[in-house]
Amino acid sequence: MALAVAQTLDLKGLSCPLPILRTAKAMKQMELGELVEILATDPGSVPDFNAWSKATGHALLEQTEEGGVYRFLIRK
Amino acid sequence: MAVAVRPETAVEPIQVTMTETAPGEASGKPVANKVTIILAHGDFESVMAAMIIANASVAMEQETNIFFTFWGLFPLLRDDVRFSGGNVMQKMLFGMNRGGISHLKTSKLNFAGIGPAMFNALRRKYKVASAKEMLEIAQEMGVKLYPCQMTLDLMGFKPEHLIDGLEPPAGAAAMLGFSTGGTTLFI
Repeated sequence: MALAVAQTLDLKGLSCPLPILRTAKAMKQMELGELVEILATDPGSVPDFNAWSKATGHALLEQTEEGGVYRFLIRK
Repeated sequence: MAVAVRPETAVEPIQVTMTETAPGEASGKPVANKVTIILAHGDFESVMAAMIIANASVAMEQETNIFFTFWGLFPLLRDDVRFSGGNVMQKMLFGMNRGGISHLKTSKLNFAGIGPAMFNALRRKYKVASAKEMLEIAQEMGVKLYPCQMTLDLMGFKPEHLIDGLEPPAGAAAMLGFSTGGTTLFI
């Protein structure tokens, strides 16, 4: 099944806690099951998104890093 | 000289059972939790820490409360409020310690405002939100902000001196009531 991303959040350059906060805000507007792609450059966002996913139950499906940009794929 | 050594046999090894899933994880629903921050300090770094933790906590979908007391109450004053208080001591206190979240001083290296100006320049460079921005986002996200009733009385603050959107002033017992069963942080 192809993963259709509902929206991409460009959070590059932002520092803690903004990447998590912007994601949480965006999540409120999303439907259950929708996917969101996050692009961030804060290295702290790696442990933050993992902890956030565990705490909120939103599934962190993929996490990759390319050229200092961290990409997270999350399903509400 | 003989040294009393606690016999090793007296210490029972503690059995820890590790489960594969965290509590609540199996059902797919995370355990609801809450965080209460008691902000007793009004300096730049304390207020920043409180705002960052509160915003992270509310982003983690935890019920989040902040109880603002003593120096910590000053950031809840409106930025444009200058002389408050009913008596000379309260007026002097306020005159020497301007309120408002845009007027925070660092506890170290303040240098009459040069320190905070430098931290704010660094903060902008590294795209860290300001305390004021974070307070506004926190309110928008549903963080509950409780001013301490006793501090309001002590400092001579009136409701019109405070920013909008606050919970009714609370006391220590009320704070202990809403913090029960969650994580409580004192800053």
